[in-house]
Amino acid sequence: MTDRTDDDALEGAGIDVSRRGFLRTASLAAGGAALGGAAAAQETPDPLITDVQDWASATGEGVDATPYGLPIRFEGDVVRRTVSWLTADPISSINFTPIHALDGTITPAGCAFERHHSGAIELSKDDYRLMITGLVDRPLVFTWEDLQRFPRENHVYFCECAANSGMEWGGAQLNGAQFTHGMIHNMEYSGIPLRVLLEEAGVQPEGQWIYVEGADASSNGRSMPIEKAMDDVLVALTANGEALRKEHGYPVRLVVPGWEGNMWVKWLRRIGVTHSAVEAREETSKYTDLMPDGRARKWTWAMDAKSVITSPSPQKPITHGTGPLVITGLAWSGRGAVTRVDVSLDGGVNWQEARIGTQGGKYALSRFYLEIDWDGSPMLLQSRATDDTGYVQPTKDALREIRGLNSVYHNNGIQTWAVYENGAVENVEVGS
Amino acid sequence: AAAQTLNLGRTALPEEIAAWDVAVEPDGTGLPVGSGDVLTGEDLWVENCAMCHGDFGEGAGAYPVIAGGEGTLRDRRPVKTVGSYWPYLSTVWDYVHRSMPFGNAQILSADETYALTAYILYSNGIVEDDFVLSNENFTEVPMPNAEGFYADDRVETEFPLFTAEACMADCGPAVHITRRATDLQSTPEGAVTVF
Repeated sequence: MTDRTDDDALEGAGIDVSRRGFLRTASLAAGGAALGGAAAAQETPDPLITDVQDWASATGEGVDATPYGLPIRFEGDVVRRTVSWLTADPISSINFTPIHALDGTITPAGCAFERHHSGAIELSKDDYRLMITGLVDRPLVFTWEDLQRFPRENHVYFCECAANSGMEWGGAQLNGAQFTHGMIHNMEYSGIPLRVLLEEAGVQPEGQWIYVEGADASSNGRSMPIEKAMDDVLVALTANGEALRKEHGYPVRLVVPGWEGNMWVKWLRRIGVTHSAVEAREETSKYTDLMPDGRARKWTWAMDAKSVITSPSPQKPITHGTGPLVITGLAWSGRGAVTRVDVSLDGGVNWQEARIGTQGGKYALSRFYLEIDWDGSPMLLQSRATDDTGYVQPTKDALREIRGLNSVYHNNGIQTWAVYENGAVENVEVGS
Repeated sequence: AAAQTLNLGRTALPEEIAAWDVAVEPDGTGLPVGSGDVLTGEDLWVENCAMCHGDFGEGAGAYPVIAGGEGTLRDRRPVKTVGSYWPYLSTVWDYVHRSMPFGNAQILSADETYALTAYILYSNGIVEDDFVLSNENFTEVPMPNAEGFYADDRVETEFPLFTAEACMADCGPAVHITRRATDLQSTPEGAVTVF
């Protein structure tokens, strides 16, 4: 484990068997007999029904037991997970949202993924300051109290790391939707349009870019065209109804709808209005996408249309046998709203349109479902999102044909899950 | 600039702006007056940087490689360093000054940052060992991959291909599995249900 470095690892597109994790030979080989079909006859009465259970007799917890609760202990599976070999240390690193276990579209903040470059810092509202500098009529300092007094808006948006699925460029590598697609969360934000704060300072005509940076040691400075800043960027004060979690930028983060997660600067402390892009580390060394000719794309801000089936998936095998099966997943686009999702059971040869459960708005997750009657045959499950620009999610091979294997970021290729006869599910790639 | 305002916030003072606005742009905007040479930079490097990045920027443990990798950008395993990949020297100065050393950032003076930047250039074979970097000559240093980047062109190169009407039936020959994640055994243990 000596040659994978920091973000290079996180970005590592290729398969490298020298860096494998723990051997898990038992998992899929062990298999499991599929249980009987639906509505099977019950021969003896169920004691969970015929016996009086404790919870139907004694009392539960009082209302003062849990001022702020956590999920019930049986949901211990629904947690963030890390992949330790991805990065040199856990400080500048990533973890993954358990999307395999969630439904609907709103991500619970407590298990929503984290990506830090110098750790999750603790910054109180009292200590918080936001500065606007540069090509403005009046450079300003705001306190947290000041920010409370600006008009606010509410919006639901996804935040997807540019490196989400990046480890899959070279082939199927990590076995689970949490790991292949879990650098994402989707929250309802309340916040101040960045435009309002910029207007308070008065942007000068030559101010064509902004540079945003955080209060942490990494600073995570990024440049953004003034048009985006004046359009829909939010200075967010809450997420999912409450203050931001420490690890998500408490007390203030930037929300940049549709654009790569790196630009969602946390612990936001300064907005500089500049004549041109700063070309900081996070937009030169990182978050640039190497192409086959040895040159690299820069400023690949938008996250293209993408989807993934969250169940069944490797962490959500089919344990109930044949018969009715709910196939469900998430779809999103950084260029607009998802308009449809198609699902294939045979690796992309034939498709059927899925049903949209929650229709996400622009730059928000949508939930889709396809209910089938599973006969126990192996399947190659895929989902394919279309957005309101008419863009149809491409296959990984279609992306590789253009970008090669080393672009690191922006892998929105179609995911395939192999479902085996025993209900186990595996991350695979397919070809004819 | 003539929008309705609420008159919230207060004017930032010059000292405050100077403390926080330390960004350096590719044209040198933001650079403070100062200088530093390769040998001074080497001493600073050994003391503050080499334990993670190696004596010559070759990297230690899993920490980033800073030097080398020239000519590898089309390889199957490109080595992207300051010398082989980074387009602007301003980014080196700015990032080192603001965010390094890892875990103890913002300890380097302007002169120290010039010296370290000079050493990084030397370790990448871009300057000789008697080189002195200053705010005066900063923008004259040639960066090998300065022309290696272009702005996002997906709308031109990918959208036309990916906006065709999607095939729904008999979209090609039957497919079979070509790669399996479990062949790699790289997923954390316990994450995938065993049954």
